[in-house]
Amino acid sequence: MPQPESAKSTPPVVKKRITDPRSVQVFLVGFTYLFFIGFIFLPLGLVFSQAFQKGWSFYLESIREPYAIEAVKLTLLTVAIVVPVNAVFGVAAAWAITKFNFKGKSALKSLLDLPFAVSPVIAGLIFVLLVGSRTTFGSWLGEHGIKIIFSTPGIIIATIFVTFPFIARELIPLMEAQGRDEEEAALTLGAKGWQIFGKITLPNIRWGLIYGMILCGARSIGEFGAVSVVSGHIRGQTNTIPLHVEILYSEYNFTASFAVASLLVFLALLTVVIKGGIEKQFQKKSFHL
Amino acid sequence: MGLFQRKRRNILPGFGLSMGYTVFYLSAIVIVPLSMIFFNTIPMGWEPFVHAVTAPRVLASYRLSFSTAFFAAIFDALAGLLTAWVLVRYRFPGKGLLDALVDLPFALPTAVAGICFATLYSPMGWFGQILAHWNLQIINTPTGIVIALIFIGFPFVVRTIQPVLEEVEQEIEEAAHCLGATRWQTFRKILLPHLFPALLTGVTLAFARGIGEYGSVIFIAGNLPMKTEIAPLMIMSKLDQFDYAGASAVALVLLCISFSMLLLLNAVQEWQQKEYNS
Repeated sequence: MPQPESAKSTPPVVKKRITDPRSVQVFLVGFTYLFFIGFIFLPLGLVFSQAFQKGWSFYLESIREPYAIEAVKLTLLTVAIVVPVNAVFGVAAAWAITKFNFKGKSALKSLLDLPFAVSPVIAGLIFVLLVGSRTTFGSWLGEHGIKIIFSTPGIIIATIFVTFPFIARELIPLMEAQGRDEEEAALTLGAKGWQIFGKITLPNIRWGLIYGMILCGARSIGEFGAVSVVSGHIRGQTNTIPLHVEILYSEYNFTASFAVASLLVFLALLTVVIKGGIEKQFQKKSFHL
Repeated sequence: MGLFQRKRRNILPGFGLSMGYTVFYLSAIVIVPLSMIFFNTIPMGWEPFVHAVTAPRVLASYRLSFSTAFFAAIFDALAGLLTAWVLVRYRFPGKGLLDALVDLPFALPTAVAGICFATLYSPMGWFGQILAHWNLQIINTPTGIVIALIFIGFPFVVRTIQPVLEEVEQEIEEAAHCLGATRWQTFRKILLPHLFPALLTGVTLAFARGIGEYGSVIFIAGNLPMKTEIAPLMIMSKLDQFDYAGASAVALVLLCISFSMLLLLNAVQEWQQKEYNS
């Protein structure tokens, strides 16, 4: 006669989670929903209700108008430059910080976070002070035909500053947790430096890197304060999408302003969805800031 | 041994390249530009500096930025704690949606948030119309600024509390329950002290972000001199008048306060870590 499995013979232990009474749960969830309705759902709904107030054709017209298209192009250009540049830096910084021991490591880590503590307006101000046309360096550059402030390079540099820490901040904890063993093993087997990086490190950190790049990209698209200081608001030339939204709004052209803003809302929702997808893959809930 | 020099020989390659690039990039993008604030303030001399940063309009803007960021952070502490609790502990319809949308204030460009709240609370807006019945005005008042900053700071609090709350062991609460504690006692005496460091971190981050915030605030604030002008706006208006020294002076004070606050937070965290370990 077959022996019954011991696990089957003992009654299964039902672990009852201590939780709050149903009424408390309903009450607290209700309050949370109330907060979300007031601060998230209604503002989002408002964007679309305002954007389509004058109908579908006005909406299309607002986002297809030449200035709007120029703004979209400039924003895309900015993102296309800022994200890779900061990604290369983020990987280099994370490699130096996590693969080696050196003096001043924690100081270097704090320096990386510095831009988070700086107001966006100050982030713009420092580049005006550095390379604006009224400074020595800026006027020298101007004599050689290089214009940075009130032109595209200024927008890109200010955005780089603001989004500077995002990728490094994602990679450092990830690479610290992964350690150095795999890379060291590859080295003893005769791999070269770039081979180790390309075949071991990069595949290991790819999701963290993509995650950081998405955060960096979202902020690059939406940066307002810093870009506002350095751009000069020249329509069709130095206007990013958020600046275009501002100009339309201050001209009381609300419907067009919200129409263009709805593009940014789409991108923000897309960011949130992708971010959630990557997090689910890693069961990670963190917001490194 | 000098700063940023390797301590022990490590066999992995690439230290010179990665470290050199990191230090170069950090200097070019962050350190040198930030130092411009000092170099533009020093030639001013002490008295004009004090004069610039203690002008009544500037002082009023500091006071406004700090008080609104403070109240917004306090509100975020409550709303963030509630949201994190509900998301970690309960199951309810729409939970996944709420969890994902917590990050929206971070992903949504600040200017869009700004025009949304300004329109919602304008006298013709969805909320403004209702509030007008009680003669309440939100736009062009500090309350409007607080509302915009609550939105901006919200994800910081939720996302710092959530992982800590997830790791609280159920046994602790069970033990408290067995010893006769009510749910509220358990929450107040056991869970809240445990969550406090994370809550403090989240609130400080929300507060620091609120002080510097610009895009979401200027639309709803109305920017009335002495009443609803935030500190970053003062920097902006001084820049518009090409008063570079004045702008740097205001920025310097703001920077010093933000930095010292974050340093203080670091110190508190280290101290708590030591307390916890001993």
